[in-house]
Amino acid sequence: MNITRGFTGRPRVHHPGLPPGQYDAGDEWPVLSAEVTPDLAPADWTFRIDGLVAEPRTWDWDEAHELPPSAYEGDIHCVTGWSKFGVRFGGVSLDAFLDVVRPHGSATHVVAYAHTGYTANLPLADVSGGRAWIVWEYGGRPLDAEHGGPARLVVPHLYFWKSVKWLAGLRLLDHDEPGFWEGNGYHPRGNPWEEQRYSGD
Amino acid sequence: MTELTTETAGATEAPGTAGTVRGAQERFAPPTRFAVPGRIAVSPQDASVWRTATLTGIRRETPRVSSFRFAVPGWPGHLPGQHLMLRLTAEDGYVAQRHYSIASAPDDSGHIELTLDHVEGGEVSGWFHTVARPGDRIEVRGPLSGFFAWPADRPALLVGAGSGVVPLWSMVRFHRSRDMRVPLRLLVSTRSPEDLIFAREMRSETTPVFTRSAPEGEAVGRLGAAHVAPFMAKQPPGGWEAYVCGSNSFAEHASRLLVAAGQPVERIRIERFG
Ligand SMILES: Cc1cc2nc3c(=O)[nH]c(=O)nc-3n(C[C@H](O)[C@H](O)[C@H](O)COP(=O)(O)OP(=O)(O)OC[C@H]3O[C@@H](n4cnc5c(N)ncnc54)[C@H](O)[C@@H]3O)c2cc1C
Repeated sequence: MNITRGFTGRPRVHHPGLPPGQYDAGDEWPVLSAEVTPDLAPADWTFRIDGLVAEPRTWDWDEAHELPPSAYEGDIHCVTGWSKFGVRFGGVSLDAFLDVVRPHGSATHVVAYAHTGYTANLPLADVSGGRAWIVWEYGGRPLDAEHGGPARLVVPHLYFWKSVKWLAGLRLLDHDEPGFWEGNGYHPRGNPWEEQRYSGD
Repeated sequence: MTELTTETAGATEAPGTAGTVRGAQERFAPPTRFAVPGRIAVSPQDASVWRTATLTGIRRETPRVSSFRFAVPGWPGHLPGQHLMLRLTAEDGYVAQRHYSIASAPDDSGHIELTLDHVEGGEVSGWFHTVARPGDRIEVRGPLSGFFAWPADRPALLVGAGSGVVPLWSMVRFHRSRDMRVPLRLLVSTRSPEDLIFAREMRSETTPVFTRSAPEGEAVGRLGAAHVAPFMAKQPPGGWEAYVCGSNSFAEHASRLLVAAGQPVERIRIERFG
């Protein structure tokens, strides 16, 4: 351990919900995107799933809203260090979309991509089985454009860069391909509980 | 559409970095146009190794901002615009980590400089501004992030506010140190002349915008369309690559101004300090 002379740091908080190296951001919700926030109306939003599936399909805003509603209530963790507790996102479970397209047995990974072209890679197992949502509401209100509105992916058990804002689609693959941050030195999976921030962690 | 593939394949070998360049291998290219394809690839090796950095000097820039020079044995080199992760460790093992942009231009001296704003009550910037002295050792990992890097291959229009000027100034320093001909302009928003970081070093490439108080005879006001228009009217061949850096609210404001002035969204790169 390399102790920094004279550094004491903030008072220690012991929060069992806090993954290693994270802090509680409270009411703040910092924005981290590398691109211009797109001006995307709900009417122009679409979501497509293709690749290794039986029936590729595109949903528009209204069609996506016809699927059974589902909410995520819990915590989120950003790789830059902040965590937010007790957030509520409203939308649809990703399983409802995957059930329609029927993934092939050979599909192991997905690349999730945004209407801005941003990408993130995820194991298929991390976005199915009740672990991922497409959401358009935050705290009961429409999701802000800055935070990914009209609709974003939410995969709360992984660092939040995986939760692609302005979600446009998923491509199912039989191998892993790095997305934007993953190609910029970040960890391929990004599990906050194992502090998988950077490639090699 | 294969925008991403084209961009990726077109990435150039970066001078002064050990980073490997992504090849033109077959990759899934989203059917959407990508705003910010990476300029250079980041070496996973460099991103994951913590290195000890020894503070060798402190230089005051403004009443609230100082530059910190470090010797970093084994520093793999960087491109202007990249940042690093820094950590301080307390005696009980408690760790605070923050991102900082690299202020210095890449050179072979084995040194890097960071320029830090003293945030009121700030855990990490507070330590630097009130405790740190030459000889102190901290740890860094990086360089990180390839999308905000400027390999000096395209004309650059830099737009920053406050400490957001730091990565942009690394680009200016790089440009000067190699006596480059590629056009480079900096539009920087600051509260007052006293708060303008690197003011002593600024020359004709820089246009300051003063938001609270200005030198005798100069306007006070927010960065606006009128500041951006002259750069858009006089485009260099191939157009500008815009680099925007500052707080999130500044980044939103400045990037909207650029889009409204006709700058293509896929040629605006944004680094948000939070
Ligand atoms: C890519 C990038 C590059 C940057 N480059 C620079 C630069 O070149 N120069 C510069 O001056 N700054 C830069 N910053 C900002 C820098 O990372 C720090 O945010 C800043 O120095 C303040 O940190 P601090 O520890 O002094 O302040 P703190 O107030 O202690 O922390 C800063 C913020 O982090 C949050 N926070 C962190 N830890 C805790 C905690 N334990 N509890 C509660 N809240 C916490 C709070 O929201 C707080 O407002 C950069 C940021 C990013 C993302």
